[in-house]
Amino acid sequence: MYNYLDFEKPVADLEGKIIELKKLAESGEAVDVGDEIARLEKRSQEALQDAYRSLTPWQKVQVARHPDRPHCVDYVAELFTDFTPLAGDRAFGEDAALVGGFARFKGESIAILGQEKGSDTKTRLKHNFGSVRPEGYRKAVRIMEMADRFGIPLVTLVDTAGAYPGVGAEERGQAEAIASSTSACLALKVPSVSVVLGEGGSGGAIAIATANRVYMLEHAIYSVISPEGAASILWRDTTRSKDAATNMRITARDLLDLKIIDGIIPEPLGGAHRGREKIIKDTGDQIEKAFKELAASNRDFREQRREKFLAMGRHL
Amino acid sequence: MNWITNYVRPKINSMLGRRDMPDNLWIKDPESGEMVFHKDLESNQWVIPASGHHMKIAAKERLRFFFDGGKYDLIENPKVALDPLKFRDEKRYTDRLKDAKSKTGMEDAIVSGLGSIEGLPIVATVQDFAFMGGSLGMAAGEAIIRAFETALEKKRPLVLFAASGGARMQEGILSLMQLPRTTVGVDRLKEAGLPYIVVLTNPTTGGVTASYAMLGDVHIAEPGALIGFAGPRVIEQTIREKLPEGFQRAEYLMEHGMVDMVVSRLELKATIARLLKILMKASEPAAIEPEILPPAKVKAEKRPGA
Repeated sequence: MYNYLDFEKPVADLEGKIIELKKLAESGEAVDVGDEIARLEKRSQEALQDAYRSLTPWQKVQVARHPDRPHCVDYVAELFTDFTPLAGDRAFGEDAALVGGFARFKGESIAILGQEKGSDTKTRLKHNFGSVRPEGYRKAVRIMEMADRFGIPLVTLVDTAGAYPGVGAEERGQAEAIASSTSACLALKVPSVSVVLGEGGSGGAIAIATANRVYMLEHAIYSVISPEGAASILWRDTTRSKDAATNMRITARDLLDLKIIDGIIPEPLGGAHRGREKIIKDTGDQIEKAFKELAASNRDFREQRREKFLAMGRHL
Repeated sequence: MNWITNYVRPKINSMLGRRDMPDNLWIKDPESGEMVFHKDLESNQWVIPASGHHMKIAAKERLRFFFDGGKYDLIENPKVALDPLKFRDEKRYTDRLKDAKSKTGMEDAIVSGLGSIEGLPIVATVQDFAFMGGSLGMAAGEAIIRAFETALEKKRPLVLFAASGGARMQEGILSLMQLPRTTVGVDRLKEAGLPYIVVLTNPTTGGVTASYAMLGDVHIAEPGALIGFAGPRVIEQTIREKLPEGFQRAEYLMEHGMVDMVVSRLELKATIARLLKILMKASEPAAIEPEILPPAKVKAEKRPGA
């Protein structure tokens, strides 16, 4: 049973009926429902296909934020071995919104950074819903500098609504922390690969997403401001989020067309949460492929990264 | 159009006369409410003489006051694709751009120049808040990158005056990409051992502080300037409480270790020249003629958060 989005209502209805029928069959109140269940399952699959055939940008926003969507820690647990998380910025504190550390990826040493949103009330609070404070970005800088010193490639998994806007975050220099983290990404001599898993929320995302290769999951979004924020500022009307989502061009397809990202990782039908194992495996495969291509490119990774970002927007 | 409009109208206009008069001859000090004559403000770099309140100043005026003898060579800003997203909100983005251009006479928010301060050759680049809130889009990003490249090429320090509400939302992800793009410019200048001074002016927030404006070797803020990542309204909505007095003002940032000094606009040039000459190991200059500038009529003490 999933949390359903508003546009998934036909699917929700059908899957609800299937569950009901199965229960009845189990309790012996209904017999010979096998055919009926098969028929409903076929129909619900078709309904799912219909719903996902061409998602609007706003529907993608909802999928990208889906509460059941696999998050950073799910990918880390599946894709990496010997993951050893590191904590703290050595100046103020530890920020669990940004997960980071070292591990093995297909046997090789790897550095990992990613925002974690949490998956239930307890973990969401612990990870501050994936909104990173300055300490988190400073920990990221620490880990990137270490990775560079030891010649270990970096993977970043991006999933944040944005950096945390609060009094403490401002006092401790949120802007400076983000700027320094972006600068640290750009300075890396080792290769880096970034994947936007769900939400790529503005500066809070770019701080760890400035990589040699950047990919997005099919229904992920990446934007300078949330559609809600844009609606309230540009339209002065918070009900215009759908228009903002469309006009700002925030989908993976848009970003590929604008030559901001390097590729899209297709999601299972119905979104990443309906095929967790598959999407995590496919993401891992894409990361592996990207590192292989980078290694074969025989280029100075820092220079390649700089030139890649400088080229953005110049050929539109 | 006919001969009447061509011929008669100028006469009538000249009789009425008033049309061409500037609207704001007297400007109100937002702090004291005192009315100040615009000429007095202009000659005092838009710092209100009595209260020391720093008004916004146009980019070109800033450069004129900053460079020796008011002379500098304009750095040509690169051409960029206009409105690649074909964006519109309540208005077309292209219309907003047109309005901003006709209002300011600028092509976009950045003006950069090559010149000297107290004899030291530098590059200065200024963000003008009057052009769509100084917002950072592709044009501004490219202009900033060009300024950094010019400084690198000519081996000069770069002084950047920041004033911006943040990224230009109408350019979507392309505006966000100006954060890493401008950072490349900063990093390359620093690697070359050339100083980069940021002057944070009122207001500097959002993506601009989250990139080049917080990556200076030295951060100088103008008194009372609002400087921060998230705007005060966003923070209030998030935490649902009133913000502390003076929050995100220049003096507050200095207390919290984010800026090195808070310096009056009237003393910026002398401060920056002194500092850059030390950093560039330039020999101490023979006493040069003091520039013909109006006397610094400003109270030095801190102003409370406005």
